[in-house]
Amino acid sequence: MSATLTHSWFMTTRHLRNLARQPWWIAITLVQPVIWLLLFGAVFKATADIPGFAADSYIDYLTPGIVVMTGAFAGGWAGMGVIEDLNRGVIDRFLVSPVARQALITGRLVQLAIVSLIQSAIVITLGLIAGARFPGGATGLAVLVVSSALLGASLGALSNGMALLARKEETVIAASNFVLLPLTFLSSAFMQRDLVPGWIQTISRYNPVEWTVTAGREALTAQPDWGLVLSRLGLLVALTMVCTWLATRAFRTYQRTI
Amino acid sequence: MRTSAAIEARDLTKTYGKDVRALDGLGFVVEAGTVFGLLGPNGAGKSTTVKILTTLSLPDSGQARVAGIDVLAEPDRVRRTIGLVGQRSGVDLEATGRENLTLQGQVYGLRGAELRSRVGELLGRFGLADAADRVARGYSGGMQRRLDIAMGLIHRPQVLFLDEPTTGLDPEVRAGMWAEIAHLSAAEGLTILLTTHYLEEADRLAGRLAIVDRGRVVAEGSPNELKGELRGDAIHVELGDPEADGRAAGALDRVPGIWEVAVEGRSLRARTGDGSAAVPAVLQALEAGGIRVASVTIARPSLDDVYLRHTGRSFTRVAEEVSR
Repeated sequence: MSATLTHSWFMTTRHLRNLARQPWWIAITLVQPVIWLLLFGAVFKATADIPGFAADSYIDYLTPGIVVMTGAFAGGWAGMGVIEDLNRGVIDRFLVSPVARQALITGRLVQLAIVSLIQSAIVITLGLIAGARFPGGATGLAVLVVSSALLGASLGALSNGMALLARKEETVIAASNFVLLPLTFLSSAFMQRDLVPGWIQTISRYNPVEWTVTAGREALTAQPDWGLVLSRLGLLVALTMVCTWLATRAFRTYQRTI
Repeated sequence: MRTSAAIEARDLTKTYGKDVRALDGLGFVVEAGTVFGLLGPNGAGKSTTVKILTTLSLPDSGQARVAGIDVLAEPDRVRRTIGLVGQRSGVDLEATGRENLTLQGQVYGLRGAELRSRVGELLGRFGLADAADRVARGYSGGMQRRLDIAMGLIHRPQVLFLDEPTTGLDPEVRAGMWAEIAHLSAAEGLTILLTTHYLEEADRLAGRLAIVDRGRVVAEGSPNELKGELRGDAIHVELGDPEADGRAAGALDRVPGIWEVAVEGRSLRARTGDGSAAVPAVLQALEAGGIRVASVTIARPSLDDVYLRHTGRSFTRVAEEVSR
């Protein structure tokens, strides 16, 4: 176990350092959620006027949604890094070393979570500047940020696992495109739950994006239902663990086919 | 199985998908402290063998031991005793040479001052000291390859696997790499398993080699033993007429002192006890058969001839077909 932790930390350092060397990547990663926030905020501004819409302004409602969406997308595309390492032979080199297999996944997920924390902080700051108010305060924001990071990690683990099985950039791109937007819109990220059609409400119950949005938004209310928040956080923790286990298993499948 | 050997492979088989048989009962033994070459064209099964011996891949059946440890039963112990320089490098291009080596050392449990001095030592030894803190993306092909080898050595392995170590390198860089590999085995007492499809590389570096064809070892021995098994000189005739296959072979049937005649396209190969005496007779016979001759060469047997002898095909020709 301690070897897994140490190795995970070595891998995390590697990924963070490599990231820090790509200024364009950093710029795009940090600017993209800002664009989403401003764009969606402008396009859907009138949503707040819909009868039955609870929030005072749409920016109050949207900011947590964009935080969650950012986490989901960062996770969904994480497999691209695995493909690059596969093509370079880096993964094979690690697999013939005594490195803990799980560390090869968790190292990436920790890096993902750290990036997600930074992105969330930027979106939240911008939301506050734009006039968003969160009665739940710092605790609520912490819950939102942590649950988004968990969502990112679980989708990131799946994306990593799929990259190991498919070994093709095109497959990862296609799958991410296919899954991410529908997953986001089959949740209450942008629209209040009781204002979307019944079938979407039904599906969203099983959607991890919805769990994240629910945990975050509920924690940001004046009097959160902590039972609801913790149950959704629990689901996200469990999902992250299962996905990490699956991704680690994918190494075995990969090794069987080479 | 003997346990003194550094590598023992026995009856290895591996099939990809339904019908791509990569290994078909391949086996060989490598004595500790020697350089052993696996020679064969692309697709012969060399890389698959290395993947199995380095615990990256599993065979369908067969047994393998590295440094006396069963590869299938105790892969983790094997991993600590081997180094691999794979065909596809393994250098992290976004990291510097020093960072690549440091991470590799950490993975094998090296820490602190010991790790730092080992990294510095290897950077110096492989001529990377000046480039140590530059990102590897800017390295030349030769520098990346040297970094690869340094990374394979960081934990002082007993057995080093070099999978096509000079493929894609300039001839000049290749010669430097040969010197480095020869030095490694001589100075460190390492056992090295080298795969290559360059005849010259196998000839220069390998103390013993196994010729691999279609997933099997077809011949094994030192380069000199293998060449010595072929009696006499090799005659190589470049025919002026590509359609002459059957007629050319037929024409030489009647020439005394010539054997093992093989024709592929414009290329005719045969063996003879005395090359210089046989040439006039060969030319005469071909002329009598109405076959034009572009050139004739006589040579001591080469590994290409050994390959031809054991597989019925010319190595250079197979290599061309594969790359097409």
